[in-house]
Amino acid sequence: MDRVSAQLPEAVADRYVDRTGGAWAVIHADSLPKVAAFLKNDPELEFKLFGSIDGVDRLHLAENDPRFEVVYFLYSIKRHEHVRLKVRVSESQPVIPSLTPLFRGANWWERLTFDFYGIRFDGHPDLRRILLYDEFQGHPLRKDYALRDRQPLIPERPIKDIFRGPGTSGLS
Amino acid sequence: MADPVKPESHAPNPDTDAYAHESELESHLQTKRMVINMGPSHPATHGTVRLKVELEGETIVKIDPEIGFLHRGFQKSCENVTWTQCLPYTDRLNYLSAMMNNFGFLNAVEKLIGLEIPERAQYIRVIGSELHRLTDHLTCVGATGLEMGGFAPFLFAMEFRELLHDRTAELTGARLTTSFGRVGGINRDLPEGWIQKVHKSLDRGLELIDEMDVLLTRNRIFVDRTKGTGVISAEDAIDFGYTGPALRACGVDYDIRKTKPYWVYDRFDFDVPVGEHGDNYDRYLVRLEEMRQSVRILRQAMDTIPAGPIIVDDWRIALPPKPEVYGTIEGVMSHFKLVMEGIQVPAGEVYDSTEASNGELGWYIVSDGGGRPYKVHVRAPGFPVLAAVPHIIEGKMLADLIPTFDTINMIGGEVEQ
Repeated sequence: MDRVSAQLPEAVADRYVDRTGGAWAVIHADSLPKVAAFLKNDPELEFKLFGSIDGVDRLHLAENDPRFEVVYFLYSIKRHEHVRLKVRVSESQPVIPSLTPLFRGANWWERLTFDFYGIRFDGHPDLRRILLYDEFQGHPLRKDYALRDRQPLIPERPIKDIFRGPGTSGLS
Repeated sequence: MADPVKPESHAPNPDTDAYAHESELESHLQTKRMVINMGPSHPATHGTVRLKVELEGETIVKIDPEIGFLHRGFQKSCENVTWTQCLPYTDRLNYLSAMMNNFGFLNAVEKLIGLEIPERAQYIRVIGSELHRLTDHLTCVGATGLEMGGFAPFLFAMEFRELLHDRTAELTGARLTTSFGRVGGINRDLPEGWIQKVHKSLDRGLELIDEMDVLLTRNRIFVDRTKGTGVISAEDAIDFGYTGPALRACGVDYDIRKTKPYWVYDRFDFDVPVGEHGDNYDRYLVRLEEMRQSVRILRQAMDTIPAGPIIVDDWRIALPPKPEVYGTIEGVMSHFKLVMEGIQVPAGEVYDSTEASNGELGWYIVSDGGGRPYKVHVRAPGFPVLAAVPHIIEGKMLADLIPTFDTINMIGGEVEQ
């Protein structure tokens, strides 16, 4: 973390250590790819193993502005250490540069975060829902999405060139 | 039922009538690009996942795994129940090694509270975890053998797994989804005479593992289908976020039990098997050896387990003993508070990881100071492993998909959270 602050001082918005001793760095959204590239490529750090990404909706917490936090966990096999990064984005403009060009492992995690929180990742090659179907409305892990919310029924999708087996006329 | 619309004249069909014309016999076999669905519920996919496979002949041109058929809203559900009520949900993430998920979650919660659990509870957690590491690997190795055409190795694996499930049932009262952990310790102590029984089961189990080893490791069909297929280089594996046996098969020595020991893992003597090529055969060998190492850990843990309490003596965290609940007002009150409101975990956040059977199981937990989690994020080891399947398999044969899918051991529950 000290190295990151020394190398890219303008990228780090805030640094703190949580109660359990984990060190965090809050990064400006624009400089996230720069920080991640530095962490990955620096020969002394080599945070190459992609851990995970997830969002936090801080709607009901004391500090809820900006509303969303996206957390990144990278791991260095060389140093046996985790690095914890955090990016804060507002509800009106939930856009973060994608890390997929840098880490291929980020691809699905970014899709997951997009699916659940509606945070868009700029530069992602294939940003679509991953767990839920395309017609799903809303983003279920946001705190204002009710636990027992219902979704409208969707019509069956037409399927082209389907062959349903011998003995049928080809129609369902 | 007879087909009412019979075609009058036989229209030529280029797919089926190819052999009817002699000239075409000498021409190349006709292929056309076709899309087939494997799954969502296919005998060779462990778990509910749909693979949209685009084939050119037998070669896979493109593959798109589609997950989410099992999605149960794990995170959302956890945010609406107390910390203790999350435990059954965590069990069902990986239904083959429920205790590991359970204890991993508790480890993170205890770290957030700042709680040290009693030594005996730590030993029992190690024992439970290793038992379930065995059952998980047995299922994986057995199913791999089965899907390569060998039924006997699968039967041996199931026999050992049944023995372990019986021991698990004696310990926890359930065979698969045990819900055995509690914040601050575990649910109940070891039953009387249980350790001797486990030793006996492990003796039989080692014989069964050897039988599987003999039947599979040098089997011509098995070796031909697994060696050199599903290869992923160490660099790519790290880039995708592989952990556990799938990463170690590539030659990367990373095991959280060694690098950042939790509970009492640093007191035991065991080795971490590492592969070389990162192919299906290495992943199989790594799992096979890991089972033997698990048996070693189990034996050491059971031989050295100390006496003592199995849960912390703090009525704000653990339920008070029943005589206190029925006999004293303090007991009633703390029981009521714990059941109705849940454990009051101080506000804060934590990221903690343990070595589950398929790799690093990470938990990112945010608490707002109440009795319910504000946010629970699980970094399931199967998720990145499945995400890399297109990279591994594109351009290879359809038949290679089966062993690859077997040995990466993706578990639907944790991938789909």
